[in-house]
Amino acid sequence: MKKLLLILVLIFAVVLTACGPKNTPAPAVDEPAPVEEPVVEEPATEVPQPTEAPVAEELEVMEPVELRFSYYADGNEADVMQGLVDKFMAANPNITVVLDVVPYQTIDEQLPIQVETGEGPDLARITNFGAFRGKLLDLRPYLEDADYFEANFPAPVLAAMRSEGDTTALSGFPDALTITGPYVNKTLFDQAGIEIPGEGTTWQEWTDITKQVAEATGVQYAISVDRTGHRFAGPAMSMGATLIDENGNFTVDTPGFRAYAELINSWHEDGITPTEVWLVGDSLNSCIDFFKSGDLVMCMSGSWQINGLVNDVGDAFDWVVVPNPTGDGGSTGVAGGSAVVAFADSEHPAEVAKLMEFLIQPENFSEFSANTLSLPAQKEVASNGVAFKTDQQAVLDALSVFTNEVPKLQDQAVALNVHPYAFAYYRNSANRIGQYLTGELTLDETMQRLQQDIDDAIAEANQ
Amino acid sequence: MALATTIQRYLSKISEGIGQLFVNFFDLIFGSLQKLIGLKAMPYVFVLPNLLIFGIFILFPMLLNFRYAFTGGTSFFPDQREWVGLANFKQLLTCGNFLDPNSCREDLFWRALFNTGGYVVFQVGLMVVVSLITALVLNRKIRARGFFRSVYFYPVLLSPIVVALIWKWILQENGLFNGILTSFGLDKIPFLVNAQWAQFWVIIISVWAFMGFYTLILLAGLQSIPANLYEAASIDGADEWKSFWNVTLPLLMPQMVVVLVLALIRAVQIFDIVFAFTGGGPGTATLYLVQYIYSKGFASPSKQFGLAAAASLIMAGILIVLTVIQQIIRKEEE
Repeated sequence: MKKLLLILVLIFAVVLTACGPKNTPAPAVDEPAPVEEPVVEEPATEVPQPTEAPVAEELEVMEPVELRFSYYADGNEADVMQGLVDKFMAANPNITVVLDVVPYQTIDEQLPIQVETGEGPDLARITNFGAFRGKLLDLRPYLEDADYFEANFPAPVLAAMRSEGDTTALSGFPDALTITGPYVNKTLFDQAGIEIPGEGTTWQEWTDITKQVAEATGVQYAISVDRTGHRFAGPAMSMGATLIDENGNFTVDTPGFRAYAELINSWHEDGITPTEVWLVGDSLNSCIDFFKSGDLVMCMSGSWQINGLVNDVGDAFDWVVVPNPTGDGGSTGVAGGSAVVAFADSEHPAEVAKLMEFLIQPENFSEFSANTLSLPAQKEVASNGVAFKTDQQAVLDALSVFTNEVPKLQDQAVALNVHPYAFAYYRNSANRIGQYLTGELTLDETMQRLQQDIDDAIAEANQ
Repeated sequence: MALATTIQRYLSKISEGIGQLFVNFFDLIFGSLQKLIGLKAMPYVFVLPNLLIFGIFILFPMLLNFRYAFTGGTSFFPDQREWVGLANFKQLLTCGNFLDPNSCREDLFWRALFNTGGYVVFQVGLMVVVSLITALVLNRKIRARGFFRSVYFYPVLLSPIVVALIWKWILQENGLFNGILTSFGLDKIPFLVNAQWAQFWVIIISVWAFMGFYTLILLAGLQSIPANLYEAASIDGADEWKSFWNVTLPLLMPQMVVVLVLALIRAVQIFDIVFAFTGGGPGTATLYLVQYIYSKGFASPSKQFGLAAAASLIMAGILIVLTVIQQIIRKEEE
């Protein structure tokens, strides 16, 4: 019996070792890979060598390649992007692109760690450029027309994706431009018999008018703003805040910043704002849900909400976008937006570049903007105009108002979102102002703590 | 019939044979191993798989945490992080007045610490009392006892996030609870945006969610108390109250200590329910230690791993102190 068992053990051992050779032929099968890898890798680290990139491409085309693309969506962007990716795959049968649709929180919190550990995807849709500095791939050596790529996107956004000291790298492109601005429930204004005020109205005037509308129509809330430093910044700048000084440093304690914080506090004290937006928790709470449900007269959010409003509000009520209110500092929204970027650890830089170049082609970029109702960041597409896919005049009007806001943007309102430490300001300011609104901190303490939070974050990052 | 019996017999023999084959197979391997390393070393062989899992997934990250606590920067890899000595601890523990978080360099840590302390005292106290009362009721011969035991245990099976979301929908400004109040012409209550209400509901919800587990432990303890002790107490003229104090409670004390220790550790570690329910708000009214650590280490855009690791070591220290106190009390009880 023992002999029989010994034979069984030997058979088992042979089977186990047999599993090994199954893997060992891999190098033989993949033999070209090690040869190709250096060819592909070299241009990424060295000065662009145009003659080498096509060689790498020719070899790579023969190999089936899978690209992982992490993607978050506010509305229907993932569906539209999937359509474009399918089109790309049909034209490039050797390349499979897997679009991993994830919540924004995953992009915000987990993706930086994945990328840092070399476990990230090949490309992703991101908003926080500072979190990925030095981790992005320079696509320039792999692009067929790097000049077209560079010429068609805003220089400050392309620069925000570069490592410190780098002035040439192209690591991605902004897929949409966003701008902050207020949404107003037009139906409520009509019911109240009050005319919607136009350009030049101050925040205090808007507060009074929306309060009148809410009282006249019996609606629960008059006015609110998303809980983030990003949406807070525009009104604060309009009230005279200088968030970023001439040296690029954050300087939060300014009269304009204080004035807007005090105004929001007065909304809470008067009970005219949905308190659950600012007082509940450490998260990005938007006032748009209260607006969509018809419980709020005015919600300060941004252009990316248009698609959601079209789908969720439908014809329940009429809504419009109004110009950003004005103040001592003028009238400004804050620019922003997401970008599709490639990561340096990608094993398939040539294919990533191919996909990027496909996505920025005018017909494809235009399709994305038209279907997602987003402001195009691609200059050629913007100059040709986008035939937005909507039959709603309100949407076209809203896009028009947001477009008209672009020339009014203050320099600091453009610089903010591409600042490497913008997100340290965004989240900390929301939390600290939240503490001020609950009475945990005085305004002086809020200013002091917020400045310290940002300084600490910058010091930590530079250690 | 005969065929079925025959098949059954064959199947039985086959399964017996396979079982024997396995026994012999492992006997051969472990027998050979024992000859090789000796009998005394064999227990370690059996413990090894579990030890490896514990070492890789618990012990190693724990040791790594020490490295993070004494280093700075936002780099994820320990070897790329700059040694800063006690700087992270100093930042956490620098206070003008330890009773006033606003006077501390890292005010949010102290707010979280005080909030956690308050939560632990009230939540654990309530948890033990409610679990005990529930166990006593469910131990009595009541109608549909099995049903009620299941009902009280059911929330334990729910994911903490689900629990938090259910209660959030009930308690938010336009939620079910306020809907009922307004339908009776009453004013809405700001359950989630008032600090005291938010703290109150966090305790109630966590007790509701976890009490089934502790009730089960106490119920098992109650059922192990011999009935003749109650009979003897009754003969001696003890009423139910006296029986409870002099028979039930002393004999239930080992289970009570277990419940206390487990509830205490779990309370200090509270995170998921509160994070989904209030996000730590309003302001920082329900910001607890684990959320503070999570925020600093992962949610913060600057990823302050060092500060988060130092805070987690302080929390581990608190847990160790609490456990030692529990052990001392337990020994004294014994």
